[in-house]
Amino acid sequence: DTQEKETITPERAEEAKLKAKYPNLGQKPGGSDFLMKRLQKGQKYFDSGDYNMAKAKMKNKQLPSVGPEKNLVTGDHIPTPQDLPQRKSSLVTSKLAG
Amino acid sequence: FLGAGGGNDIQWCFSQVKGAVDDDVAEADIISTVEFNHSGELLATGDKGGRVVIFQQEQENKTQSHSRGEYNVYSTFQSHEPEFDYLKSLEIEEKINKIRWLPQKNAAQFLLSTNDKTIKLWKISERDKRPEGYNLKEEDGRYRDPTTVTTLRVPVFRPMDLMVEASPRRIFANAHTYHINSISINSDYETYLSADDLRINLWHLEITDRSFNIVDIKPANMEELTEVITAAEFHPNSCNTFVYSSSKGTIRLCDMRASALCDRHSKLFEEPEDPSNRSFFSEIISSISDVKFSHSGRYMMTRDYLSVKIWDLNMENRPVETYQVHEYLRSKLCSLYENDCIFDKFECCWNGSDRQAIFNRTVTFFLPPLCSIVMTGSYNNFFRMFDRNTKRDITLEASRENNKPRTVLKPRKVCASGKRKKDEISVDSLDFNKKILHTAWHPKENIIAVATTNNLYIFQDKMN
Repeated sequence: DTQEKETITPERAEEAKLKAKYPNLGQKPGGSDFLMKRLQKGQKYFDSGDYNMAKAKMKNKQLPSVGPEKNLVTGDHIPTPQDLPQRKSSLVTSKLAG
Repeated sequence: FLGAGGGNDIQWCFSQVKGAVDDDVAEADIISTVEFNHSGELLATGDKGGRVVIFQQEQENKTQSHSRGEYNVYSTFQSHEPEFDYLKSLEIEEKINKIRWLPQKNAAQFLLSTNDKTIKLWKISERDKRPEGYNLKEEDGRYRDPTTVTTLRVPVFRPMDLMVEASPRRIFANAHTYHINSISINSDYETYLSADDLRINLWHLEITDRSFNIVDIKPANMEELTEVITAAEFHPNSCNTFVYSSSKGTIRLCDMRASALCDRHSKLFEEPEDPSNRSFFSEIISSISDVKFSHSGRYMMTRDYLSVKIWDLNMENRPVETYQVHEYLRSKLCSLYENDCIFDKFECCWNGSDRQAIFNRTVTFFLPPLCSIVMTGSYNNFFRMFDRNTKRDITLEASRENNKPRTVLKPRKVCASGKRKKDEISVDSLDFNKKILHTAWHPKENIIAVATTNNLYIFQDKMN
């Protein structure tokens, strides 16, 4: 595609839009951070020691509960057994076979 | 294809649709893979819930020459279950990433199905008779009182209603630290490869406790990680050759005769990039999501976010053909990055290999394999086909609104900018939640299977 030197390619225009929204966006999009996130898919964290210590500290108060994004561990949130995926098996037949 | 064409243009008609009608899609019902077997008689789907559904084409009714057999449910089973690796604190999805059929050797059918970590060999067999007339057992299985047995008889097989059973014959586990994206059966029909983000392993179908690592691109220091393996496939004829694609848009061809560990490629296929065109998105959209050899093995096809490329194995420095799937998305990359659609992994496929020509209704001969059409999915439940010979392309839609059998599908058109013509859809109206990632072409006939999020569509060409 021919572009004059003064005009910006559509891709570059989109890049400018993105950088305007997220000024701290890393320089290497295909680099380490992005790939590492891909490799770590499925990683969950649960430490029974942390959990029991936190329960003891909080005494009767509620532990900070998980927010809408279950995978995000923020603040004082300790993953609880309730947050972990229940080992379930899908007994329901696929609707494709229905 | 578009416009009146020669006799070779395919006119696609709706044939069947499988799956729930309602818009509320359960996660488990999301289709994750679609694959015809080698004869095309069976069509397998895998879903996010770890289930496999196999459809069988009904025998052609000789009197009903206007349509090919319909696909009906043949077998369905739970292939993989969700797991939690407590040691690594890792949740392992049951989603079926790939299904690959083995060529049929006896009455039973075999397929490999894989999730992120474990590959399984399934045997699907039919039972249409059962033994009756045991000496020591009643028909319901209870043992008879031996004192009441006064005669001897030989049990006989009697017909019963067809039962199709699926049983796991091999489980190939614990060989992948990262997530499996591909499996590919070798042309020797004895071995197969499995590829994850950083490694490729070679297995023997009979041996589950060992596999050979043939590619390892894990850097010593993970901080130096710059690319991952995205797909891998064995050459259709050379049992020593395979290719793997990367997140940087390269394809490496490896020869297993060269060394035990194929870290050094025999060929590297990469299209040179114009550095002045480089942007934040360049690498992401160049990531190859699928690679498929042509039936002859002379060519291979790759799919990246915006295009399909055909490569001649004899030419490494650029593809011989490039087809734009949805170029109008290039000016939407910012929002596609924000909603993660830019990471969608579209697959691609070739048309079937055997072409049958009927000559004066008594003699039929097979034309040589052609691989002349490529098909791939897009958004808004659109899918695209490119004819390599005529250079024509078409956009079709998988939608329940088009479901009149034998009515030719109407081509769709997306209006990139400017004034939208009647019947065109503007880019901003496209539904990016309606993605067609998986499509498959019958190996011998013009029948295609197209998976929307949770429905499976089957289209056929209009026979006359």
